[in-house]
Amino acid sequence: MSRANSKSRLVGLCILGFFVSILLGAPVLAPNDPAAIAPDRRLEAPSAKFPLGTDHLGRCMMSRLIYGTRWSLGTAMAAAVMILTAGISLGAVSGYYRGPVDLVLMRVVDVLLAFPALIPALAIAGMLGPGMEHVLAATVAVWWAGYARLVRGLVLSVRERHFVEAARALGAGDLAIISRQLLPNVLPPVLVLASVEMGSLILAIAGLSFLGLGAQPPTPEWGAMLNDGRPFLLTAPQLMIYPGLAISLAVVGFNLVGEGLRDLLDPRLSDGR
Amino acid sequence: MRALRHELHLDEPLPLRYGRWLFGAVSGDLGESYRNGEPVLTALARRFPRTLSIALLGLGLALLVAVPLGIVSAVRQGSSLDHTARIGTLLLGSLPSYWLGYLLILLFAVALGILPVAGWGTPKHLVLPALTLALGIGASLSRFTRATILEELAQGYVRTALAKGMGEWSITIRHCLRNALVGLITVTALRFGHLLGGAVIVETVFAIPGIGSLAVDAIFDRDYPVIQGFVLFTGTIFLLLNLFSDLAYTWLDPRIDLVDNRSRVAG
Repeated sequence: MSRANSKSRLVGLCILGFFVSILLGAPVLAPNDPAAIAPDRRLEAPSAKFPLGTDHLGRCMMSRLIYGTRWSLGTAMAAAVMILTAGISLGAVSGYYRGPVDLVLMRVVDVLLAFPALIPALAIAGMLGPGMEHVLAATVAVWWAGYARLVRGLVLSVRERHFVEAARALGAGDLAIISRQLLPNVLPPVLVLASVEMGSLILAIAGLSFLGLGAQPPTPEWGAMLNDGRPFLLTAPQLMIYPGLAISLAVVGFNLVGEGLRDLLDPRLSDGR
Repeated sequence: MRALRHELHLDEPLPLRYGRWLFGAVSGDLGESYRNGEPVLTALARRFPRTLSIALLGLGLALLVAVPLGIVSAVRQGSSLDHTARIGTLLLGSLPSYWLGYLLILLFAVALGILPVAGWGTPKHLVLPALTLALGIGASLSRFTRATILEELAQGYVRTALAKGMGEWSITIRHCLRNALVGLITVTALRFGHLLGGAVIVETVFAIPGIGSLAVDAIFDRDYPVIQGFVLFTGTIFLLLNLFSDLAYTWLDPRIDLVDNRSRVAG
């Protein structure tokens, strides 16, 4: 059982390493300009110049997929960092100070968690209008809530412990107590949740893009590429198969690592949801 | 132009407009679509049965396969079936529904030609959208079933039942499954809520005129009353589902008392 787990963790890490190296090395790895249009070379089969063929505008599929790593995974990683920053700081403030701040923040959290996450994200991205930065804003505006609630709960339980009392007796200020005493105790379960949720975050961001709310042409984003390929499903299914494979593989990688991390750090949560 | 602004109350300050909308909403009036003047509630009510039918069919399909699979994986823990199910559910759970749907179209509608590509009208049109939703949530439901049954199998009462000569399977079905139901119902209710959210994407893939595609169209038309109505509507359904699962606990496990707050079993 645990041997199978460590093996799947390793596979997951390899997949993530693969994507990170593509993300960083995109300009070197891409054989062509991902936005260069060649009207006379539309929907070509794979060749030496275009290893995965061309799309409906004659653009190099391979180069678009490679640069897509930056848009799809890059946006998801930026979103994850912003979500964690907002969720941890607001949750910590809420749990540490309690009182009216806590009351107001937690009611906002209640409202956000009263929906399936995709619905408010869809509405916010829709109100802001199409654009990758709006998709980023919408996902951050919705996803922070779960983390804030988790952090608040953990802070509430840790803040009464003796070592916090001791730090306060030694004259530590609020900021020092939160950052040095509370956060180190709070972080492991938060990071586990983040790594397990990373896959669904990627799916949500690419999904909003697929609906037409995210990256606009000619940006090579995987979800937007799927959307572009829809009219050619019957004539050139490869336009949809490649970007879908890329999204799925990335999500598999994050899910393997996330579950491995959860089994490692917090066995109680194993398969609990 | 000014007359239209006045008619739509766009010349009023924002708090007043919001108050007007809120007051209308609690009395069942969600306003009218900017695009075609249809009352939002009427549009939602007309389209909701279609969304509900694919969601219910999807949930039914998922439960029918996922629960037995989860039970067998738990009882035969470590077997090759358990491993295959573990890998299979992980892969299925990682596929975007907006890609899986098209793969199913390519397989069943294009290559085999036994089901329609997209659209709405006959029972056959329900199959692929429901299957797309089912595969996604079936994966997580099966893993959850496996985990809770495993937890139950480790309990003391299982040893007692084995000692008095009950078979492994009848213990699992008659005792463990019954205890696991409380958790399973919560997760199913939550998943069903997400299924309704996921319908936004599946309806776009399969061109189904449900509430999800209504919302997506409204977003591109900047038809704000429809977007607001859709969000309020799905939020209400999600809350009702949560309420239902809370009520189901007390019925399944009388030890849980919602009113007294003296619950001995953590929800």
